[in-house]
Order: sequence, then C-alpha cells, then structure tokens
Amino acid sequence: MILLTDGLAWSAIYLIIGLGLVLIFSVTRVIFVPFGSIAVFSALSLGAMESGHLPAMINLLGLFVAVAVLMELWSIGRQRAWGRLPGSLLRWLVVPLLPCLLAVWATGQDSEALRVVAAILLAVPLGPLIERVALRPVAHASVLSLLIVSLVLDLILAGLGLLWFGPEGIRTKASLNGSIAVSSNLVINYQTLLTIAVALVLAVLFYVGLQRTRMGKVLHATASNPVGARLVGIRPAFTATIAHGISALLAGIVGVLVSPVATIYYDSGLILTLKAFVAAIIGGLVSYPLTAVGALLVGVAESYASFWNSGLKDAIVFGLLIPILVIRSGLVVHHEEESEE
Amino acid sequence: MKQRIWKYAMPLLMLLLIVAVPQILGSFHVALLNDIGIAALVVIGLILVSGIGGALSFGQAAFVGIAAYTTAWLSTTQGLSPWAGLVLGLVLTCGSAWLIGGITMRLGGHYLALSTIAWGLAVPLVFANTHALGSHTGIDGIPPISLGPWALDASRTVFVLIWLVVLGGAWFAYNLLGSRVGRTIRALRGGKILMASFGSDAFRLRLTLFVLASAYATLAGWLYAHANRFVSHTPFSLHASIDYVFMMVVGGMSQLGSALLGSALYIGLNNFLQDVLPLVTDRGAQVNSLVFALLFLLILLRMPGGIGRPLSRLWTRLRPRAKAPVLPAPSRQLEQRSMPERGRSILNVQNATKRFGGLVAVNGVSFELKAGEIVGLIGPNGAGKSTMFNLLTGTLPLSDGTVSFMDEPTSGLTQRQIALRGVARTFQHVKLRPAMTVLENVALGAHARGHCGLWRGGLRMDREEEARIMAEAMRQLKRVGLADQAYELAGSLALGTQRLVEIARSLASDPVLIMLDEPAAGLRLLEKQALASLLDTLRSEGVTVLIVEHDMEFVMSLVDRLVVMNFGSKISEGRPDEVRADPQVQAAYLGSDA
Repeated sequence: MILLTDGLAWSAIYLIIGLGLVLIFSVTRVIFVPFGSIAVFSALSLGAMESGHLPAMINLLGLFVAVAVLMELWSIGRQRAWGRLPGSLLRWLVVPLLPCLLAVWATGQDSEALRVVAAILLAVPLGPLIERVALRPVAHASVLSLLIVSLVLDLILAGLGLLWFGPEGIRTKASLNGSIAVSSNLVINYQTLLTIAVALVLAVLFYVGLQRTRMGKVLHATASNPVGARLVGIRPAFTATIAHGISALLAGIVGVLVSPVATIYYDSGLILTLKAFVAAIIGGLVSYPLTAVGALLVGVAESYASFWNSGLKDAIVFGLLIPILVIRSGLVVHHEEESEE
Repeated sequence: MKQRIWKYAMPLLMLLLIVAVPQILGSFHVALLNDIGIAALVVIGLILVSGIGGALSFGQAAFVGIAAYTTAWLSTTQGLSPWAGLVLGLVLTCGSAWLIGGITMRLGGHYLALSTIAWGLAVPLVFANTHALGSHTGIDGIPPISLGPWALDASRTVFVLIWLVVLGGAWFAYNLLGSRVGRTIRALRGGKILMASFGSDAFRLRLTLFVLASAYATLAGWLYAHANRFVSHTPFSLHASIDYVFMMVVGGMSQLGSALLGSALYIGLNNFLQDVLPLVTDRGAQVNSLVFALLFLLILLRMPGGIGRPLSRLWTRLRPRAKAPVLPAPSRQLEQRSMPERGRSILNVQNATKRFGGLVAVNGVSFELKAGEIVGLIGPNGAGKSTMFNLLTGTLPLSDGTVSFMDEPTSGLTQRQIALRGVARTFQHVKLRPAMTVLENVALGAHARGHCGLWRGGLRMDREEEARIMAEAMRQLKRVGLADQAYELAGSLALGTQRLVEIARSLASDPVLIMLDEPAAGLRLLEKQALASLLDTLRSEGVTVLIVEHDMEFVMSLVDRLVVMNFGSKISEGRPDEVRADPQVQAAYLGSDA
C-alpha cells in the first residue's frame, strides 16, 4: 500500500508534466524536452533560496532575456518598425525580470511559502524565452527537426545548470510536514496528498480552461487546425508564447512538488520528461485524458520497480513503452498521410 | 576511358592510404583516426535511416554498446573468439532494432525518435547495473581480433581493419542508394501513398533501414571493443547517440559523405577543445559539452543543410558538368504482363459508398470498365470524384459496396497490393521526388517489375536488371516526349511537364489499368494534344484508362464513355454525345434552368 500511495504521488507529478508536454505539442508541434530541466531549475532555485543564496536561475533568465532582446532589436531594426520597440521591450525585458526581483526579495525573507511562490514564478518566463530564442526561428521545420532542436536545448540547459547551480543535488523542505495514519500500517504524508491534490486540481482547471475560456478556445483552435486559426486572426507566435508560459508554470509547480521527495540534480530533468513522455505517448501526445491514464501506469509501475530493483527502475519504466506503444497502435485505426520534406 | 581509369585507381589509392597512413602518423593521431572511422561507420547507418529515410533514431550508441558488451563478455568470460561476438552482437542488435522498429514505425516519425531516446537511456543503465557485465567498472582485458596469423593488437594494425570496414560499409551504402531499393529509400520522404503507388511498402523499408543501421552500429561497437580492449557504459549513453545525430547534421543529413566529414569535424574539434579549454577555464569538460550543444543549435537554426551542403555545391561548381551517361544496353527487356483481352470487364464497381461521419461523399455508385477503353469520370466540384478515385486505388476503405479488379474483390487489399495487381495512378498534386532525376523518378514506377533486393543492390550484383529498368524508364520517357530532359532534376521542371513525368512513371509499371487524376491541369494546348494522342496509343495497346478531369473539351474528344457524378451519386453514364444531351448533366453543370 505504501508503494501504491508513493506511486500515486509520482503519477500526479507525471500527470502535470504530461499536461504541459501535450499542451505544447498540440499547439506548436514541438516535443518539449527541456520541460523537466525547467522544473529542476525551479527546484534548485528553491533550494538555493532556502540556504540563503540568490538562485542562479536569475543568471539563466538574464542570459535568455539578453539574447531575446537582441533578437527582437534585430528584427525590429531590419523591418524599421520602431513603434513596436516599447511593447517588445516590455514583453521580453521587463516582464521576465519581475520574478527575479521577487526572488531577490524572497531570499531575505523568512517565509517558506513566499520562497515557493518565487521559485514557481521564476520558472514561468523561461518557457516563453526559450520559445522566442530557439524555437520560433525554426517554427516551420518538420516535427523531427523540432525534436532535435528541443533535445539540444535541453543539453544546453543542463550544461548551464551544471555551470551555475553546480553538481550537488538538493532536497528542499516539505511544504507540508506531518502525516496521517489511515491504519496501523498505512501512513500517508501530507506532502503526498498535496501532490495528488495539486495534480487533480490542475487537471480539472486544464479541462475547464480549455473548454470554457476564450484563451482556451484559442489554444484549442490552434491545436486542431493551425492554418484555420491563423486565418481567423490568431497569431501562432502569440499562442506559442502562451502555451510555453502555461507549461513553464506547470514545470515550476512540478519542481517545488518534487524537490521535497527526491534529491534533484542539475540533470534530473531529462529523465523526468521522458517518463512523462512514456505516459503521454499512449494518447499520441495529444489526448489529455489518456495522458492521465498513462501517468497512473508509469507512476505505479515505477514505485513497484524501485522496490524490486532500484538501479534498474528507470530502465523498467522505459520498458513500459513497448506495451504502451502496442496499445497505441491498437488505438490508432488509420494514420493520416504526413507529408515530410 | 577516363572513367574506367578512375574506377580502378580510386580503390587502389584508398587501399594504399589505409596501409600507408598508420606508418606515417604518430600513434596518437592513428588512435584519433580510429575513433573517427568507428564513428563514421555508425553515422553511415544513421544517414540511411534518419537522414535519407526520415525516421530519426537516438538509439545508435545503445546499439554500439550492445555489440561492444556482447563481444567483450563472450571473449573474456566465455573465452570465445571475437568473431562469435560479432555474430551474436548482430543477432542481438538487429533483433532489438527489428522489435523496436516494428512497434514504433507504423505510428509515424516522432514515435521512433522518442522510443529510441528511452532505449538510449535504458540500455546503458542496464550495463551499469548488471553484475555479469562488470557493473560501473566495465569489462577489461578484451583480446584483440586475429586475422589468420596476425593479431591486431596495436592501434596501427587495427587501423587497417577499421578503415577497410568503413570503406566497405560506405561502398555498400553508396551502391545501395543507387540501386532499385535505393531509389525507393530516397523516395521515402514522399510519403507512404506515393510509395504504395509503385508497390513499395514504406513501413517495411524503414524497418529494414533501421535494422541495417543497427548492423552498422554493431560493426562499430565490435571494432571499438577490440580496438580499445576495454568497455564501460559511459561511451554508449544517450549523449553519445545525440553526438552521432550531431555528426550527421553537421555533415549534411542526406549525403553519405557527411558521415566522414561530420565524424572527423566532431572528433577533431572535441580533441582541440580538450587541449584548449583547460587553459582558459578550470571547468573544461562542462564548457566543452556546452560549446558543442550551442554549436549544434546554431547549425540547426542557421545551416539546416549542414556544412556538407555548401561544400557539395562548391564541388559541383568546380567539377566540369558530367555529360549524360550512356545507359548500358540490357540483353532483353523487362518482362511484360499479358494484357486482358479487349472488351473483358476489368474493373467492376457495385454500389460503392463512402461515409465520413454523417457526410456521404460517395453514395451507391456503380459502373464498369472494360479492357482497352478510355473512360472519363467527371462532375462539378464536390461531386465525390476524388473520393471515388481514392476508393478505387485503396487509399480509402469502402463503407459499403464492392469494387473488384479482374474479378477479384479489392476490399481486403491494401493500396500497395492493388497497385501490384496492375493499377497505376497519377496524383492530382504531383508527387515527384524533386531531388532525383526525371529518369530515376520514372524508374521508380518500374520498381515492382524488378527483383534485386538490398543485398544484390548493395553488392552491385544487380547490373543487368538495373540496365533493364533504366532502359524501360527511358522508353517511357521517350513516349511522353521527355527523353532529352531525363537527367534533369524533377523539381526543376514546369508543373505540366511534371504531370507528364508522373504519367511516364505510371506507364513504367506496365499497368493493366491506369488512373489519371486531372492529367490535363496545367498543360498547354500542344501538350494536351500530345497527351491525348499518347492515351490513344495506349488504348490501341490494350491498356485501360480512367481519367478524372475538369477539362471538358479534352475529355469529350478522347474518351469512349463518361461517368458523371454529382453530390456523391452517379447521375449519368454513356457516350460523350449522349451525356452531353442528358438534361440532368446540363443541370448539374449549368444550373437547373439550362
């Protein structure tokens, strides 16, 4: 039973990651590998703030802001559209740096809640910045080129993470301490409950948000028919920014949820992302409900596998891909012609 | 004459180099070249499956690792010869590649990439956690490879073997790409409908390529284990697989030469950075991988064709333009199938229906084609002509009704099987491979008439059949009047001409029935007349033609019979003059009051 509750907590984490991956893939066709690294950076930032240091995430954001602003200036200068300058400076320079100020302030304060909020918010600008700097220039390339770019981006993030956060792993304080004893041999940590609750709330919000709100409909429209969405006046760059912003927020939440239960290193992100991929693949990276099913499967399987052989648990989870893909090919009745060039 | 000299001089020169280089260079550089050769071998396989075949694999280093560990384990703890290690390695890697590919390839491009990422992460984990494979320390004391009396125990001697294998591997891949199977490999990115139209199975071909690529990786892993005499799990990580993809992209994904160029650049630069970075920073290793990742990103963003593309452009500019090669004359022609006797029913459509959800695109249409006639399928926009076309070729399954070709129902058959039974087609949106020559595009059509597979193609044992296929392709090109453009790239032709190439391609398959989807669109008057006379000749040879067309004038003067569709149903059928007089047809085309 302990294994099961532990597994459910991990399922919840993979569910949140999976939601972000599916959102980005369906809107921009990018398989967003750096997701896990963003989550890891938010966790490492929280760790740094807890020990009273300024998080190195600020350097990272500064670097990406600098590149993004240069690219914006270059494109504005070339088109001589100087009227766009204030707006773009606001968007790419001022807004991304706001969470940094918050983080600087939060580092000095003695409030864990404040630090958690700061760590989550620090992650948010990173998503849109990555999209602006590296993905937008190749937005029209094939899914495979986009995948290579996103994988390389993750390498770069991990490299910068090693450079600035250092090779040490961290584990942060639990947001909620204590546990409840359901029966004599089953004790559930509040942290586990919190993780599961957050995932459920986010999943419901996602569902309602995509169906009911205007923004949700815009994202939905772009996902199901990009050309059509463009024709009715939805800018793909705009929706991409929004999608990346939302999923970076999710990544930030994942970071602070994971760091109290597992030791996080600068390169833990890739494995996190890939396990969520195993979950999301069952729905073809486009279906939210099937992703939830997959996340449940992966989380529980991992928890039992780690009990059986902790060294091989990752290998066992990836081994799950095979049955999942078989199920997937059963689900797909026929597959449309993709024109590749 | 000059070509013949090159044909013998090149391999000799290469052999001479392979023998001479390790004598001249120092052992450090020889070891570096060994690494380059081993990497190039992996990248050749990767170019075949990913660069040209379009299915990206991030698992090549894992395959290298499996091969290296297999031979290491067999030759140390089991005391078997390295050759046994090679054989078992091939069985293991090809088997796992076949399994992974078989599951993922049907699902489309990025599934293979994602599953091989997981594969590439999982395999080194298994190495690092298996006690029999030395866990984290690896296996050392691997014996060298022995060739007869010589034990290749120094980097100088193993150099010769490595580069002979690289040379052989490159030769095989080069021949393969030029062969009958190779043309379909280069057509893979055109999509599986195109592939099926000339009887090739895109899924099977990609799977074969993936297995072949894993075999190249196996050779590399085997050489690696016996050249370094030690294996551990680190050089087979996912990171290494990404490095192989990097080498492929740097060199230019779709050229074989980039295997050598990319691996040499990568390993050379890596070596250079390892020398230089410690002088600048004390965190050299971290900066090193960061530099490579940034470089990779820049190349992807700014030079998607890699460094190989400008180089090959330079090469074509420097080299005098080759004259059209003389096609070798085959001893006889490709076999032709016997045409059904004139007037026999060959295609019978009964009550064909296609529903897309609530929309009935084709509603209970029945008609018949007899051998040796030209039938036009016409109708206003949205009449269901294209859907009908897709039902006949097997691109879409029927919701109801039957279609039989030569008295055999086609409902259970795939698009490819229908094509193999003698139904050739053209496409409304032309599907030619722009980077292949016109002649090669037409030769694709004759694909199903040849038999030489992967091995005979790669080992150059297919010359006679190749000559026949090329002669046939040339004959069809002459028929559509494009013989003098045979060696131009298909992408450089005008749209109308491209349509003619498609017709030549479908003729090259020696079809019983040829289905043309709007063949006259984009043709000029003279070209239309030429096309009409070509179709007329075909009719006299006993070929049956079904034309879907908008151009009334073109159709009316040519066809024997017309089938008219509107709103998914057949509204009229008969000789052109009968159809023209039919009030329902007039209503459909001109409005109800006409």
